Amino acid sequence: MSIAEIRALSAPERRRKRGIITMAGLGSFALVIFGLLPKSGQPVTYSFVLGSEWVLAKEIIVNSKSGALLFSVIALLAVAMAALQFRGRKTIRLASGIFGASFLMSFLCWAAAGKFIPFTGLLQGALFLSVPLIFGAMAGVLSERSGVINIAIEGQLLAGAFMSGVLASLTQNKIAGLLIAPFAGMAISWLLAIFAIKYGIDQVVLGFVLNVLVIGLTNFLYKRLLIPYQSTWNSGGTFAPIEIPLLSKIPVIGPIFFAQSIIVYLMYVAVIVIHIALFKSKWGLRTRSVGEHPTAAESVGIDVNKIRFRNVLIAGAVAGLGGAFFTLGAVGSFSKEMTAGKGFIALAALIFGRWSPLGAVAAALIFGFADNLQGLLTITGTPIPSEFMLMAPYVATIIAVSGFVGKVRAPAADGVAYKRGGGSH
Amino acid sequence: MKLKKLILPALSFAMALFVSGLLVAFSDSKVLALKGQPISMLSKALSTAGGAYWALFRGSIFDPQLAEGHFFQGFYPFSETLVAASPLILTGLSVALAFRAGLFNIGAQGQFIAGAIGASWVGFTFDLPIVIHAVAAIAAAMLFAGLYGGFVGFLKARTGAHEVIVTIMLNYVAGYFLLWLLSTTAFLRPGRQDPLAPEVHQNARLPHLFGPNLRANLGFIIALLAAGAIWWLLNRSTWGFRFRAVGANAAASRTAGISVARVTTSVMFIAGALAGLGGAVQILGSEPAMTAGVGGSFGFDAITVALLGRATPIGTVFAALLFGALRAGGLTMQASTETPLDLVLVIQALVVLFIAAPALIKSLFRLKNVDAGETVASKGWNG
Repeated sequence: MSIAEIRALSAPERRRKRGIITMAGLGSFALVIFGLLPKSGQPVTYSFVLGSEWVLAKEIIVNSKSGALLFSVIALLAVAMAALQFRGRKTIRLASGIFGASFLMSFLCWAAAGKFIPFTGLLQGALFLSVPLIFGAMAGVLSERSGVINIAIEGQLLAGAFMSGVLASLTQNKIAGLLIAPFAGMAISWLLAIFAIKYGIDQVVLGFVLNVLVIGLTNFLYKRLLIPYQSTWNSGGTFAPIEIPLLSKIPVIGPIFFAQSIIVYLMYVAVIVIHIALFKSKWGLRTRSVGEHPTAAESVGIDVNKIRFRNVLIAGAVAGLGGAFFTLGAVGSFSKEMTAGKGFIALAALIFGRWSPLGAVAAALIFGFADNLQGLLTITGTPIPSEFMLMAPYVATIIAVSGFVGKVRAPAADGVAYKRGGGSH
Repeated sequence: MKLKKLILPALSFAMALFVSGLLVAFSDSKVLALKGQPISMLSKALSTAGGAYWALFRGSIFDPQLAEGHFFQGFYPFSETLVAASPLILTGLSVALAFRAGLFNIGAQGQFIAGAIGASWVGFTFDLPIVIHAVAAIAAAMLFAGLYGGFVGFLKARTGAHEVIVTIMLNYVAGYFLLWLLSTTAFLRPGRQDPLAPEVHQNARLPHLFGPNLRANLGFIIALLAAGAIWWLLNRSTWGFRFRAVGANAAASRTAGISVARVTTSVMFIAGALAGLGGAVQILGSEPAMTAGVGGSFGFDAITVALLGRATPIGTVFAALLFGALRAGGLTMQASTETPLDLVLVIQALVVLFIAAPALIKSLFRLKNVDAGETVASKGWNG
């Protein structure tokens, strides 16, 4: 390409080009560091669970050096493919996906040299850790697509976790706990909606303060009631996994996706419903229109603030339900600040996924995978300190919002309060 | 006129104390046990909440018991308030300055950690004469944290990456980086397995203000000086004028020939340096051996401090003193009345919520003609 042609590139194309250069850099890094530098290879054992019975495991043994080499070469081929697609003015999404997966595999071969990787378990754990992130990111989609920034995801998750744990314990009925969780999240988002939409307070400030409020309240009540009276207040228990007939027997995929607790199945439903409703229904069109151009929406008779209010409430309900996963899905009892910043990673997933439901799910899965891989490699021992693995999602998000991976744009009116008949202020 | 400005914060604080008092009283098992006897329940509730707040006062301002032997010692709690408030003033100033330039610095936590790392490293690695050592440690802290904050401004100026997202992420990065550092031979104290750095040398420590028995130290004076400097910067200097102009209207400032990119980067650098100075004051003043928890919640509380102080340097100092008092008193409250320290978080959040919604307080108390002041506002993701 000549200099004149480069100058003529549009902004998204420039970003795509930057993305390809970044991938080429990372791919060559993988080739040298993971593939060429290690002096000798060691066997890496991957085990795959084929049916729902863990006994039926198949082991594949790969040499770490040749595995890393193979996958880094595939990654570089994917970069070449992306470059060709770029020349042909096509999207580079597929090539980027192939690149990501093979870069990760190359890294895994290198990092796990001489070790045993339970592959199915790794993915199962990744999904497990992604569940609250996906719920949280969906709450972000619902709220932010209609134009209200939701920094309070953390608080909504925590409120859901607290209330579901407490009610399930008090009534000794897990279903009751599950049912109250959405209302707990909704209570927080009701505050967000009242203050942000009615009083027009800055939404970032507000969300932040609401998080502090929920952390303070739950910590206080935890120490005051849940610790001293644990048997009545904090022994809710967990839902048992439900195996879906037939589906749970599919090799590898079955045990990962179809032998989960009810909360995970609710998550599948939530994601599918939100994705379809947002892009195919009247409600979705209205939601997106008040998020992008509220003035135009109002001019065709849409009550902007009513839609926003409703969406923020639904968002809280979804996040609250996700909060129940911490208590009823995972641990069985509430503990202090048990959401541990997951709400912020969900926010990162939302941004990484460019405010689209499926994109956010993909990002949440990647973050969950990184988190779980980190845990596994800490146990087996790696060349990389675990702290750096833990940093990965955050660094990735910074890179993403800096535009190195592609264009990241929020809904145009996100975070801007709207006054009837007068545009934004 | 000046007094009128205080009405709203004072009422907000009173409301927050009232709501939190209800929480304290009606989560108490002894109060709950009196269900059915409204009068004795109410008096028990009053004495429970009253007891907690009395302990809060004893722990933050003056303790008559401690004053019995030696009157001056009765102010030990107030000295603790100053110790807690000093880093908070600095991180609060960091957030407030960014607010004035239209930036929301949620990253004071990470910048504080970067500063603590710098101060700690210079403090225990080198052997320098008194005064010079402290100055060197502080300079390192401000430089590290300034770069950490300035990077955010640079990214925003160059690529449009929103500072809220980048700072949230950098807080986590700083936390994990500190955790890693404390596991390396350079930072781990010899002979220890738990994450604990060596103590900084005596020469680098900040001297106590009121004798060896009270922990209040020079850090408080440094914080006040910094507040004065930021006041001067914002209200009397050309740079401060540019900062405020960009905060008020970035597009108009650009048209008027102000480089918004340069302002964004330099504001975030100074904001980072202020938070880093907070980290240095913490390390050199009261916590000479750095742990993984050195950041505490100084950077997060800073946001509520700056909001309560309406993003002015003087307001921030008073807000930080108030929150410092809550923090110091909260410890006494927890120890003597079994009221969890986390109540302080609830009070803080409620104060800011009430302050941020002047319309709510006004309608609650049927106030008219009360100056609500400017409300702090950032812009949406695309702003």
